[in-house]
Amino acid sequence: MSATSARQNTAGLQVEGLSVRIEGRPLVDGVSFAVRPGRCLALLGESGAGKTLTVRALLGLLPEGAESDAAVLEIDGVDARGLGERAWRTVRGARIALVSQDALVSLDPLRRIGAEVAEPLEIHRRRSGLTRDARSEQVRALLGAVAIPDPVRRMRQYPHELSGGLRQRALIASALAASPAVLVADEPTTALDATVQARVLDLLREIADRGTAVVLVSHDIGAVRRIADDVVVLKDGVVVERGTAAQVLATPVQEYTRELVRAGSIAPRTGRAEPGGVVLRAIGVGKSFDRPVLQDASFVLRQGMTLGVVGESGSGKTTLARILVGVERPDAGTLERSESTPRVQLVPQNPLGAFDPRWTVGRSLREALEAGGVRRGLRAERAAALLAEVGLDPELARRRPLQLSGGQRQRAAIARALAANPEVLVLDEPVSALDATVRARILTLLVRLQRDRGLTMVLISHDLDVVAAVADEVLVLRDGIVVEQGRVAEIFTDPRHPFTRALIEAGAGGAGRHGSVADVDPGRGGQDAGEQLDLP
Amino acid sequence: MSSAERTGRGALTALAASVLLVVIVAALFPWLLSGTDPLQTDVRQALLPPSAEHWFGTDQSGRDVYARVVHGAGRSLGIGVLATGLALVTGMLLGTASGVAPRLLDTAAMRANDVLLAFPEFFLALVVVALLGPGPVNVAIGVTLAAAPVYVRLARVQTQVLRRAEHVEAARILGVPPVRAFVRHVAPGVLGSLSVLATIGLGTSVLAAAGLSFLGLGPAEPAPEWGLMLAGGRNVLGQAWWISLFPGLAITATVLAASFLGRILRARVEGRTL
Repeated sequence: MSATSARQNTAGLQVEGLSVRIEGRPLVDGVSFAVRPGRCLALLGESGAGKTLTVRALLGLLPEGAESDAAVLEIDGVDARGLGERAWRTVRGARIALVSQDALVSLDPLRRIGAEVAEPLEIHRRRSGLTRDARSEQVRALLGAVAIPDPVRRMRQYPHELSGGLRQRALIASALAASPAVLVADEPTTALDATVQARVLDLLREIADRGTAVVLVSHDIGAVRRIADDVVVLKDGVVVERGTAAQVLATPVQEYTRELVRAGSIAPRTGRAEPGGVVLRAIGVGKSFDRPVLQDASFVLRQGMTLGVVGESGSGKTTLARILVGVERPDAGTLERSESTPRVQLVPQNPLGAFDPRWTVGRSLREALEAGGVRRGLRAERAAALLAEVGLDPELARRRPLQLSGGQRQRAAIARALAANPEVLVLDEPVSALDATVRARILTLLVRLQRDRGLTMVLISHDLDVVAAVADEVLVLRDGIVVEQGRVAEIFTDPRHPFTRALIEAGAGGAGRHGSVADVDPGRGGQDAGEQLDLP
Repeated sequence: MSSAERTGRGALTALAASVLLVVIVAALFPWLLSGTDPLQTDVRQALLPPSAEHWFGTDQSGRDVYARVVHGAGRSLGIGVLATGLALVTGMLLGTASGVAPRLLDTAAMRANDVLLAFPEFFLALVVVALLGPGPVNVAIGVTLAAAPVYVRLARVQTQVLRRAEHVEAARILGVPPVRAFVRHVAPGVLGSLSVLATIGLGTSVLAAAGLSFLGLGPAEPAPEWGLMLAGGRNVLGQAWWISLFPGLAITATVLAASFLGRILRARVEGRTL
């Protein structure tokens, strides 16, 4: 197949003039790039830019009804243009492999990790020619190579027994099993906590350094800055900018790239009003389910201020939010409120789930207004005003939640929380599911709403940049324990606890591409003992 | 799904809908489809084969089989529809109650329900009718009790899922009173799932009712009812196959059409193809 094609680069991945059309509409149009072994190329762009379709075309996995063509599509020296499904199977896994976004859904829940990683070895056995014992030995080596501690034990475990970071590593190990020349990682870290993200990214960098051509697909500037050598920026299926990572990220030429870079590094907030009187005081608040999830949390909320709560999954952040809005009762400590009970409202983590799917957004808003004691005749008008206040077209009131974009839904969720005219707004990971540019706009909206309404906010996030953009004070949670709290400026410049330091280093994507990140466990109880580091 | 398959499925759907439409018209306005009195006997005309005058032939008493099939639709269908409706209401009430009840009560109710679920539906209906005595009303009660456990189970599960759903909790956090949140967000969702189950269950219930009538436990002669007519022609099947065949076809067509449309509807609701 490859004999006739020009082989100037001998290996890696070469794409020229790649287009993908669905129903005649070009969704990827004339995309070209090349990745040599040992290099890492980032495909950068917002959702809908055509990144995923490009990846699928590279793997011969286009959805039904999609057609692709390319002037050159050479994978590890093989011309992959017009390959049939049978021929693709010899290429996929063996020459080019994929690490997908969500390791939990990508790994078969009913198979042990060892079997999962061994599968590519079995499929491409003719090439590798391994016996069963040798295969098992190789699986162990692979798990070791992606730095999974105690590989012999992990091989016998099921995906749900592994933490998110370990699952992603296992997925990478299975992608590497048949030693492909090209590794494509499609948003490999979006589902992970910050410190884990950093370590998975560093692993990908190491894999590139060992001589694999790595394609990183991401909308995350931090991730790109951390590991990529070259960057290709996609917008609406077209390459709008390309160059070395250093050059593109430092001096972007296109406005689109500039906006992406700006949104990726959220500027800390400046110039804010002095906080007012005490609205709420938490003293030694704690809560246990089968184990303590929150212990001895004490803090003061002053009118007009924002408290940021930072921690990784399982650290007790959401429990704290639920206690603040009153759906969970603390079983230790007290919440003292100012004069009358302040109205506390929650903007939940998942706005899609938080709206009744059968109802229009308008109807949900009117229900919230009704609960807030607004007379029937005034509700429609107030609902429209709320939508306008959060920057949505009041016409959207007629849509159902599924018919809105992620950013629109988050705005609608904020509008609904404002319906009851709250004094305190608790936001649970309000921007974690959003693209960088949308995230920046929502954060701007929050700052504006706070100023206009004199709101007190509690913002829960695993992302330090987000907290820095909005919060005055910050509380760092780990395993349900407050490890550090204070003013944002102080904590960020002079973190005292090693966990906070690890968070800050992990969050600062540019902090040394090859530099190491303090190896700190996200804190998921005992099951991650292998990933854990003893902290003072 | 290829376009040929899609066209085929469209044609089948249209066919099933037409069958059901004809059966419903027959059930509601039988005189539109047949002017002949289904009870009119004429011994001289007994056991005549299908002809231009008697489309489906005549039975042992010389009654017109076509007229009896048309006029029997109301009774045959009515029992099944009534039983399905009652099963849905029973399921809704008991299932949602169990879904919000304290754990102990919920467990006790569900174990009792499991016992009922363990019996084949038809057998359960048979036992109930045997205890209550024959008659169309008792057949309806029997079929209801036999069908209800499935509805109870589904209603309970849906209640438990929905009352913990994020949007229901979101409503509670907004300050919507619990009972109102239940009525607005939980109950309609549960009812939606049960309605879809009912359209599929309708065919089964019609079949069960006809089966009980066939055994002589439902309406009594000379009332026209498909199951009963099927039984009536049994002894002369050799000479006069038409007496049993046509009511049998009516039952089969109705059950198939109702089940097919029910499944189409469920696929629609769940947002997928069959």
